[in-house]
Amino acid sequence: MLRFITYRLLQGIIVLIALYTITFFLIKAMPGDPFTGEKNIAEETKQLMREKYGLNESVFHQYFLYLKNVFTEGSLGISTSKAHSVNEMIGQSFPVSCILGLTALSFAIGLGVPIGVASAVRKNSWIDYSGMALAMVGICVPAFTVGPLLQIMLSMKIPLFNVAGWETPRDVILPAITLGLVTTAYIARLTRSGMLEILSQDYIRTAHAKGLPVSRVVCKHALRGGLLPAVAYIGPAFAALISGSFIVETIFQVPGMGQHFVNATKARDPFLLQGVVLFFGLLIVIMNLAADILTGFLNPRVRLDQE
Amino acid sequence: MNAADNSHAHGKPGNSLWSDAYLRLRKNRLALASFWFVMLMLTLCFVAAWFCPNPDKIDLENKFAGSSVSHLLGTDQLGRDIFARTLFGGQISLLVGFVATTLAIGIGVVIGAASGYAGGRTDAVLMRGVDTLFAIPFLVVVIVLQVVIAEQTKDASGWVVDNWGWDKKLTSRIANIIPLFIALGLFGWLTLARIVRAQVLSLKEQEFVEAAKALGYSRFRILFRHIIPNTLGPTVVYATLTVPGFIMYEATLSYLGLGVEAPNSSWGILIRDGANFLETEPQLLIIPGLFFSLTLLALNFLGDGLRDALDVKAAKD
Amino acid sequence: MDMVFPSIQEILEVPRIRKILRDPLRGVLTAIACLSLWSCEATSSVEVASRDGILIMGNSSEPKGLDPHVVSGVLENNIIRSLFEGLVIEHHSKNGEYLPGVAEKVERDENSTVWTFHLRKEARWSDGHPLTSEDFMFSFERILTPSLASDYSFMLYYIKGAEDFHKGKTTDFSEVGVSAPDPHTLVVKLLGPLPFLPEITKHYTWFPVPKHIVLKHGKIGEPFTDWTKPENLVCNGSFKLKSWQINDHIEVERNPEYWDARNVGINGIRFLPINNSYTETRMFASNQLHITYRVPPEMIAYSGEHYPKNLRTEPWIGTYFIRCNVDAKAFTDKRVRKAFSMTIDQKSIIDNVTLGKQLPATGLVPAFGEYPASTPVSFDPETAKKLLAEAGYPNGEGLPDIEFLTTDQDSAKALAEALQAMWLEHLGVTVKIRQLEWTTYLDTMFKQEYDLAAGGWIGDYLDPLTFLDMWIEGGGNNRTGWSNEQFEALLDKVQQTGDQATRYRLLKEAEELFLEERPVLPIYWYTRNYLISEDVRGWNPLILDNHPYKFLKLKAAD
Repeated sequence: MLRFITYRLLQGIIVLIALYTITFFLIKAMPGDPFTGEKNIAEETKQLMREKYGLNESVFHQYFLYLKNVFTEGSLGISTSKAHSVNEMIGQSFPVSCILGLTALSFAIGLGVPIGVASAVRKNSWIDYSGMALAMVGICVPAFTVGPLLQIMLSMKIPLFNVAGWETPRDVILPAITLGLVTTAYIARLTRSGMLEILSQDYIRTAHAKGLPVSRVVCKHALRGGLLPAVAYIGPAFAALISGSFIVETIFQVPGMGQHFVNATKARDPFLLQGVVLFFGLLIVIMNLAADILTGFLNPRVRLDQE
Repeated sequence: MNAADNSHAHGKPGNSLWSDAYLRLRKNRLALASFWFVMLMLTLCFVAAWFCPNPDKIDLENKFAGSSVSHLLGTDQLGRDIFARTLFGGQISLLVGFVATTLAIGIGVVIGAASGYAGGRTDAVLMRGVDTLFAIPFLVVVIVLQVVIAEQTKDASGWVVDNWGWDKKLTSRIANIIPLFIALGLFGWLTLARIVRAQVLSLKEQEFVEAAKALGYSRFRILFRHIIPNTLGPTVVYATLTVPGFIMYEATLSYLGLGVEAPNSSWGILIRDGANFLETEPQLLIIPGLFFSLTLLALNFLGDGLRDALDVKAAKD
Repeated sequence: MDMVFPSIQEILEVPRIRKILRDPLRGVLTAIACLSLWSCEATSSVEVASRDGILIMGNSSEPKGLDPHVVSGVLENNIIRSLFEGLVIEHHSKNGEYLPGVAEKVERDENSTVWTFHLRKEARWSDGHPLTSEDFMFSFERILTPSLASDYSFMLYYIKGAEDFHKGKTTDFSEVGVSAPDPHTLVVKLLGPLPFLPEITKHYTWFPVPKHIVLKHGKIGEPFTDWTKPENLVCNGSFKLKSWQINDHIEVERNPEYWDARNVGINGIRFLPINNSYTETRMFASNQLHITYRVPPEMIAYSGEHYPKNLRTEPWIGTYFIRCNVDAKAFTDKRVRKAFSMTIDQKSIIDNVTLGKQLPATGLVPAFGEYPASTPVSFDPETAKKLLAEAGYPNGEGLPDIEFLTTDQDSAKALAEALQAMWLEHLGVTVKIRQLEWTTYLDTMFKQEYDLAAGGWIGDYLDPLTFLDMWIEGGGNNRTGWSNEQFEALLDKVQQTGDQATRYRLLKEAEELFLEERPVLPIYWYTRNYLISEDVRGWNPLILDNHPYKFLKLKAAD
């Protein structure tokens, strides 16, 4: 097990370097530069700004310098679009996204798994149909519609929550619902299909035949295997949830990480973008590793260390 | 498992997977109704649309009109016919949904299955590749594609118009959508590959695969004839889930200059624009939203029906 | 779509229901406790803030920084204006006038070329350190130091020798026309007459920064130092920095060291970087904000109906126009440019698309003060058709493909579609719309790879020059390929004279010439639409929108 984890983490470093390389050159390939603004700046001034950020050096020098700073100092650079270091920006916004993402995920799992299981156990009943219709609505109504709808219904019509902002613990609820809705739907659908797969297997029938109660069969035997597809999905989904969502953050005025991806891209801010991408990459590596370990735990037939 | 399924499967033991599946699908009334609904929507969008008023005709005197004979579902903020725009928008959205999903399934299943089945180094390389792609900022890729590919397709469409005598308007519409498909195809398959891989990992240890191995079948044959068909259930389910995502993505990309060119529209664009009128003119959101949601709901139940019909284990009884 | 709601409410209630079932009494008590806690907090943010004298303002986005010499932009300006104070400040209700700031008296020589500012002796930094002319000398040197790479340093180019120093032609700051004969006197020598210099000094590039603090954290031209961090920032305005959470808020509080602290009417300001204007409007509606940054077009009429006392529409010094690429084959001929301009139904666009009671732009420079608006731009499709035919394109036949470049903003698309329809209807020309992501759009426009491009300009200061001097040959913001010797000669003459009437006459002549050539097609003059709480007193319409905060008062509405 330990060997497996070490091995995967080593692979993770390669992933991060590959990711950095691709992102670095993609950024260079984007039209415009960090100093393209609505009011044009004199070329001399732009040159000074490039020097200020070390962007006047050769591309390869820039490439290795950043990499070196990341590995030796852990420094992700200084944002060219905001007057902060990237570490500071991630440091302030990641905890926010983490809280929001965890709440959204708890909501999604807490709601998605029961719906999925119930739909599978009572297949082709009204429970199944309404559960799945609900899930589909969750997927079809995009966040930029759900968010405003929640604001109008639960903040303006019935003043239960603040419209937006990130001050009281209560402020996490509406954005978490908006963020978690799609994930809920995915989990419900995937759980249902995974459960159906398992419920048709011989050992479950044997359990039924032995006269075990349905709830026991489902919880003790079927759930483990039935969750497999959902777990494969949750790995990357979790990383995406806790690294923020631009739409949800701007609708609910949440100071999370999702905005950095979009703002940095729009501002052509190379260091902020590389920084958040690397950070997100790290999360992906860790979460997918966790998902794979969980898969091994849920399904002993899958061997982890295949080498 | 209902009794009808079982008796049926017993009755025709020699049938192939597909004809069996077809017969089982026909028994599922909800799936069948969904099938007809999707057909109806396709007819509306691709046939009836041409009998509607011009979807791009602006009539500023007549904005936000209610429903009338000339405008079945009223008009939008620029006085354009909402019904016509929704139907024409459906053409783009259904096309995007279909092509992007096909691409995602095609790439995702092959990569996921190969990765799970081969294991070892192949698995590590493919899955770490997926991790990398997953973390690449999509928006950046789109902006780069916009510059790199848009020019190419523009040149290519000019060539097609000159040499093949295609309609200029149509060609430029197609040319605009191709980079969109590339963008969606590039990233749409990632999670699907992980799901298929997880599925394959548990399948490949099962008895029927052992049996196939013992019979001396080639790895290729085992993978494509025995394992992949068994992963189709979750694949279909997941794929139907991603369709709405693709359709909404198209709207974002169109705004960034990669996709549908104004004044043409799509469901995604109509919903996105309509969301701004939530308080003031909600019908601008509700009408395209209903077309979109109902179609996808139907597609989803159809997907479920397909999944059940393809459930090999149920059929084995 | 409404199906979502019952389900979510059900879920929220599930634990409560369960508890009630298990132990009814405890459940009821808990529920009552929860509800009462909930309602206790129901006092809206605005009510609390008004009571505490804190103004809550929507400020659109996270600032790029708070160093007045490094940043540029409206939203940064909004914050910096509360923290720093220049030589003079904006009048709270009159456009183009000023009130004393750090300088208590301003003197000029007879042709407005040498200016003497007498600084008040009681001026202090927020750490108690006295503010002297030395700080201003340091500040001017700092913003002009090349390595600081300030993108707005050209605002000081009016000073003799400033441009040479900034461009590195000289490294001796004593050659720049500023001097400090004593700690409370500052003398500025300009290149030529500039009667409206005080207007210019209201701009944050002319603000002082604390020499002793900036040097403590780095060298004069060092770009990244920590002096603007909340724990280090020292300023001289009516407020000082209290807290700064990225993408969440910036809060400023009363600065007791401010020379006029006694007359500052509010205790602090909370700036919220609200990107989403719909959210902002909703936040206002549920009393989370005193002032919004804007109201989205779709919500203007709605807000007028629902919050008639709160919606304000005021002229703003800016023009929205379309650039023509005069090097593109279609637009080399000014008759074609005019034909396109004359087929834009400005009024219809304002009434149906932008919806903000903007003013039809009959000229380039919006009317203000004593500068009257020009009137040659009008909607006249008949003449337009004739002009297009004269140019050799009757009914648009023979015109090459034309692309209209625009951005990914929501309102940009509707505007483009409306224009497209107008040109098709009146000229028979089908223009292709090309929507691009913002920076890609800017890059494409700067490279002049377009035929027509949406654009706009917000004036930096209250003088027509801010709208005209950008169109000189090779001007960084020209980007149309257009240039005209006669136009530039007129602008040169403007720089030579100190007499306001003569200046305005020359500027008008230049504007008329520009409009005759029509390298840009003006559409409308901006207005600012925003919502403001009735608690806020003393917020008057100002065309530059630079409201001096010290005169504001907050009083809970009765």
